[in-house]
Amino acid sequence: MNAPAQEGHLVPCSVYVWVWAALLCLTAVTVSAKYADLQHLAIFAALLIATVKAGLVVLYFMHVRFEKPIFAVMILVLLATYGIYIGLTFVDYANR
Amino acid sequence: MDAAAGAAAPNYLRAGKGLASWLTTTDHKRIGILYLIAILVFFLFAVCLGLMIRLELFSPGEQFVGNQGYNRILTLHGITMIFLFIIPSVPAVFGNFFLPIQIGANDVSFPRLNLASWYFYIGGGLFALGSVILGGVDTGWTFYIPYSADTADNVYLPILAAFILGWSSILTGLNFIVTVHRLRVPSMPWFRMPLFVWALYATSWIQILATPVVGITLLLILLERFLGIGIFDPAKEGDPVLYQHLFWIYSHPAVYIMVLPAMGIVSEIVPVFCRKTIFGYKFIAISSLAIAGIGSLVWGHHMFTSGMADLERIVFSLLTFLVAIPSGVKVFNWLATMYKGSIRLATPFLYALAFIFLFSVGGFTGLLQGALSTDIHIHDTSFIVAHFHYTMFGGGGVMFFGALHYWFPKMFGRTYCESVARWAFALFFVGFNCLYFPLFLAGLAGMPRRYADYLPEYLVYHRISSIGSWILVAGIVLMLANLLRALFKGERAGRDPWGGATLEWTVPSPPPTHQFAAPPVVTRGPYEYARERASG
Repeated sequence: MNAPAQEGHLVPCSVYVWVWAALLCLTAVTVSAKYADLQHLAIFAALLIATVKAGLVVLYFMHVRFEKPIFAVMILVLLATYGIYIGLTFVDYANR
Repeated sequence: MDAAAGAAAPNYLRAGKGLASWLTTTDHKRIGILYLIAILVFFLFAVCLGLMIRLELFSPGEQFVGNQGYNRILTLHGITMIFLFIIPSVPAVFGNFFLPIQIGANDVSFPRLNLASWYFYIGGGLFALGSVILGGVDTGWTFYIPYSADTADNVYLPILAAFILGWSSILTGLNFIVTVHRLRVPSMPWFRMPLFVWALYATSWIQILATPVVGITLLLILLERFLGIGIFDPAKEGDPVLYQHLFWIYSHPAVYIMVLPAMGIVSEIVPVFCRKTIFGYKFIAISSLAIAGIGSLVWGHHMFTSGMADLERIVFSLLTFLVAIPSGVKVFNWLATMYKGSIRLATPFLYALAFIFLFSVGGFTGLLQGALSTDIHIHDTSFIVAHFHYTMFGGGGVMFFGALHYWFPKMFGRTYCESVARWAFALFFVGFNCLYFPLFLAGLAGMPRRYADYLPEYLVYHRISSIGSWILVAGIVLMLANLLRALFKGERAGRDPWGGATLEWTVPSPPPTHQFAAPPVVTRGPYEYARERASG
């Protein structure tokens, strides 16, 4: 219950700016991927780019990279759980 | 355990005066009381609806509400009981009140968020009641597609109610997880935590993992209904089975949101009233996590007759049988704790015994439905109604009242009349079984659920059931009257009337706002009564 001491930024502001720039670039890549003729790979490309972007946000903006490993483990458990939810649902569609 | 409590400080009930001091409080104990009052009001409202259902079914043919009215009463009874009573009951009332005290903290990690979650709860409740004013909804509490996208009733109000109540549930779960990780006293490692805290911790993970799924699903219904986007409705190239997947991904784990905290309370009550260390502490603790984990993966057993793939049905059937194992671990450990214990049959212990019996009946009949072949026979019959009332009401509901009797002296500093409480329990238990057991038999004989009318051969089951509902309500009224009387005229309770060993029994009754002037030092497990035994 003791308030943590003010430690200032854990990371320099420039890192946030670089991450922000990377997110903007990846958004541009998403848009340009729409015009590339990727056929049925398009959905996987869009999902891949979105995953990388979400990873950057979680690691840097949400500070998971600088926290104890327990938080990364928790997030991985959540991702695995949602993966199982989606997986079990689509097993139904694949076998109906 | 040693605790330095601020004995001279005013208790939390007298810490501030006037309604405003309650409505703006951030004290976890006061928020627990706010929840208690609101939840009891909604519970009594839903009990009235349940009585109306049983009165309509007292005789075959249309009695006084008609088919459409019956469907609306049934829907509101389900929504109120599930979203407004059983899901928040134990975590929001007793979790809020006792989780911080049991881990040696003065409050939860985010007290303002805690109060916000109560306001979300009240907001959601008002939306649910608003649907009554606008004529009611006839979809059933599951809002199954495509009917809920087509019905002429105002389905958006209860859907928004469930969505808002989901926020309340998520915020409470988040608060508890952070509190257990961050505010536990350093002298209390994980395996010295009370089992009620373990149960709440496992429940909280379900709350924050599964609730968003149903929130988004319910919003998708609104998108389909108002914007015509085809998601679930086959007429719009959607898939109704997808709705059932998404709905039950939340709503089956929600069963464990209702039952796990109740199991935690049983684990508190049994050792105290047997004067024995709990048998298999670690197994009970880990089985809570196992129930939360496996219980999140069994939702498909609600859909065995919905046209799901055969492979999927087999997988879900197997997973359903697996979840019985950790539940069995708990039951056997409670029974082993009682073995050769100095049992004292006080009212809280009677409720714990009732839980073990009723939940076991509910659990075993659940296995019948987990088997693919028998499920086809009993699906959508009143057998299901009996089964889930035995697990939900016989589980979560019974232990809500068990916890109320167990912790009442601590919460309000007064004791209730024990003999009246036992009579109320007896009426409750007899009424409960009269009300729900005949529905098993009627279901096996083919009585469908959600019907306002029935053939004459089902008359005897419905008659006994309806009479049971009156006995049950008499028990509830007597119980609440006894507690209400105790609130004003009960004898003063001491610090530790039951001889408990967890931290809440080391602080005054009722506790002061800041219950621990200094962090308590925990030197033994939560159920070790060796000191008492050694002293005589």
